[in-house]
Amino acid sequence: MNLTPQQAMRAAVAVPGVPRDEDGPVFREPWEARAFAMALALHEAGIFSWKEWAETLGAQIKRAQAEGDPDTGETYYRHWLATLETLVAAKGVTTSDILHRYRDAWDHAADRTPHGAPIELTPEDFG
Amino acid sequence: MSDHDHDHHGRHHHDHDHSELSETELRVRALESILTEKGYVDPAALDVLIDLYEKKIGPRNGVRVVAKAWSDPAYRERLLKDATAAIAELDYSGRQGEHMVVVENTPEQHNMVVCTLCSCYPHPVLGLPPVWYKSAPYRSRAVSDPRGVLKDFGVTLPDTTKIRVWDSTAEIRYLVLPMRPEGTEGWSEEQLAELVTRDSMIGTGLPKQPGEIT
Repeated sequence: MNLTPQQAMRAAVAVPGVPRDEDGPVFREPWEARAFAMALALHEAGIFSWKEWAETLGAQIKRAQAEGDPDTGETYYRHWLATLETLVAAKGVTTSDILHRYRDAWDHAADRTPHGAPIELTPEDFG
Repeated sequence: MSDHDHDHHGRHHHDHDHSELSETELRVRALESILTEKGYVDPAALDVLIDLYEKKIGPRNGVRVVAKAWSDPAYRERLLKDATAAIAELDYSGRQGEHMVVVENTPEQHNMVVCTLCSCYPHPVLGLPPVWYKSAPYRSRAVSDPRGVLKDFGVTLPDTTKIRVWDSTAEIRYLVLPMRPEGTEGWSEEQLAELVTRDSMIGTGLPKQPGEIT
């Protein structure tokens, strides 16, 4: 499975608000790029259309604004990530329980890993 | 973690409620693990795509910092004295706990940044690290043979210029303030920004010369 810059550009055009320049999307931090690329992979796998993605993301942003999100653009990919979590659960790819379990396992892995070593998930991290 | 790790990075300090990963990063990793296990995502394919964007992700923030330091002496002074605060003035909030230090190139000293242990990098100002920054050859040779590494990057410095290599840690990230190119007197901050390259802020390159931009 390959992800191409053309797909990335199409996604950046199809979804409102994606920060981009003439060459494609731009990111502020590495995790934003990973979250973007994961949505791209799920879209290519046929899990959702960009229309469906944009609607779910739009609803997520509205909800956040109602709760006082300043909506300065800095939080855009936080909403993107929440949308990913919502849609993978809604589509039966996984459940929010499993997401939490993996999140805790990564936390455990990060805590036991000394700086400089790559943080890797092992079965022992799932307490 | 072992004492050895503490020793190696001196200022390192981990307490129990401090993780190398932010809450957001934990969630991103959780998703990626699950999607990888289920075959929806191939981490290598993600890496390929992300590498394409590495140059665009954030050097623009560092570019603004450098261009401002070149055109505003008071800002330059603040930047060299307390880089974390001076960079925050421009509103780039980094991750908690990362302390920024800016090292200034002069005719006498050229600065170069590496992370010998892994690939610590000033993400908020420079975005994603380039692939070579994370590579073992760069990480080892930057220390043992910095002049040779610079030559590979096409940079030759006078023998009288000393090269100093700064080793990043989880808590301290370095940014190089390159020398302002000659022939740019009276240039605006925006014009100067055109000359700043990512590699010039890592110290493996020099800024563009006025003749190189249109």
